[in-house]
Amino acid sequence: MVEVQRARGNDEPLMVAEGLSKNFGRLTACRDVSFTLHQGEVLAIVGESGSGKTTLLQMLSAQLEPTSGRVSYRMRDGVLRDLNSLGEAERRLLFRTDWGYVHQDPAQGLRMAVSAGANVGERLMAVGWSHYGKIRQTASSWLERVEIDTARIDDAPRTYSGGMRQRLQIARNLVTEPRLVFMDEPTGGLDVSVQARLLDLMRNLVSELALAAIVVTHDLAVARLLSHRVMVMKGGRVIETGLTDQVLDDPHEPYTQLLVSSILPP
Amino acid sequence: MSTPAYNFAYLDEQTKRMIRRAILKAIAIPGYQVPFASREMPMPYGWGTGGVQVTAAILGPNDVLKVIDQGSDDTTNAISIRKFFAKTAGVATTTSTTDATVIQTRHRIPEAPLHAGQVLVYQVPIPEPLRFLEPRETETRRMHALAEYGLMHVKLYEDIARFGHIATAYAYPVKVNARYVMDPSPTPKFDNPKMDNCAALQLFGAGREKRIYAIPPYTKVVSLDFEDHPFTRYRFDAPCALCGAEEAYLDEIVTDDSGGRMFVCSDTDFCERRQAAGHRGLESAAPHKERAHG
Repeated sequence: MVEVQRARGNDEPLMVAEGLSKNFGRLTACRDVSFTLHQGEVLAIVGESGSGKTTLLQMLSAQLEPTSGRVSYRMRDGVLRDLNSLGEAERRLLFRTDWGYVHQDPAQGLRMAVSAGANVGERLMAVGWSHYGKIRQTASSWLERVEIDTARIDDAPRTYSGGMRQRLQIARNLVTEPRLVFMDEPTGGLDVSVQARLLDLMRNLVSELALAAIVVTHDLAVARLLSHRVMVMKGGRVIETGLTDQVLDDPHEPYTQLLVSSILPP
Repeated sequence: MSTPAYNFAYLDEQTKRMIRRAILKAIAIPGYQVPFASREMPMPYGWGTGGVQVTAAILGPNDVLKVIDQGSDDTTNAISIRKFFAKTAGVATTTSTTDATVIQTRHRIPEAPLHAGQVLVYQVPIPEPLRFLEPRETETRRMHALAEYGLMHVKLYEDIARFGHIATAYAYPVKVNARYVMDPSPTPKFDNPKMDNCAALQLFGAGREKRIYAIPPYTKVVSLDFEDHPFTRYRFDAPCALCGAEEAYLDEIVTDDSGGRMFVCSDTDFCERRQAAGHRGLESAAPHKERAHG
């Protein structure tokens, strides 16, 4: 059975969500969400604030337990496992190695008081690297990849600009070569030219590393540039889903039409 | 009214039992911080309330107590704690490392090797080695539980990135019995190797933070480091000015206001014994007479 799964490789989904719902008391934040995600695929979750995007992302990344439904993830050994059945140690290891999580506010995802090099190296040290020279070299090559001047490797991220912090956060997440990255409004709060550079960088990295990514955003331009597929959410439900260009160029649902038409023409 | 208003060794028996239970648990799980119901002691926090409670809980009438502060038997803190137990428990006190059965210490491990049957009690200000890296206590406990110690290396990494070498000179983190990362209290890292495979029982008491932890005799204690930046001891590169010792940990003492200074052993008992045996440094005075205690 395992052999068969290995042989089929990328045909197997990386992540499967089945009937995910989350209630906070009487409030239903998320209702019956199902999808599959494959290796190398970028899925954008769009919708206005309060539509349940962040709740969904937290359930997918095992930070929040769903009220009903389940999330399964294909581990590196090829076995699909229910996230709820993982022990805390396994879940935290997954989070540190095979997953990345890019926060909207870099201060949440970075250690602001320790140097950039240590920020990137932390995950390596967490999985047992104990050679300073190698850690530093890997960190500096990652800083180069995300276009941060390596001369600033010993500066703390609190001395960095917003765009640099966000790029550093990406480097910190990708250093262990994860297969899946969660991004929560990765370009939020950045000015337009910095956003453009960041998106360009993320698009390159995602295709180079064959990363799967789940991107939560309210910015349809981000969804268009980054993602292969789009899920549109409203009031906790997925109201429309499909290929990005299909959904954004030919929206069927009235709400999606409203979203698309509310972008200012360039 | 001839009976004193306090129990043997100051603490009441129930409290001592509670502390002994914590100590037993700490010995059973080397390096693990056991919470305990720390009591108010007749001294301020930071003066060794944790160490004093551990000592009070393990002290018996036949014990011989030695107390050192920064290696010295004759500083205020050491003298007052020694007097405290001489008065409340009537135990014999000594300044000799080899003669003592219980040694309470602040910031040093004696130079003379400890032997089986001895107990070394450390006064600990901050028991949590991850404290300044991760402020949440819930999170640090979880990290200990899951043995997630990558963060400890982040601190050492920062040292090398900033200073070119591991500049942490005291409270240098160790891994006990290949499991728990532990703060050895603010002892200089010079003393770290003495904790490894030590014949004596080592107990750590933190009064304000309400934690007790332990290293049982003959336990493996490894100082954390990097493969390309291995752990090194540090001492001033000078012989002791009084006894000429080349291998002991030294204190730097400022002698005037024009840059004059001398280096002397921080372990006074070790230094006095060497002087009594005829060793002399460059500035040695006559060895002073041992004071009577008790």
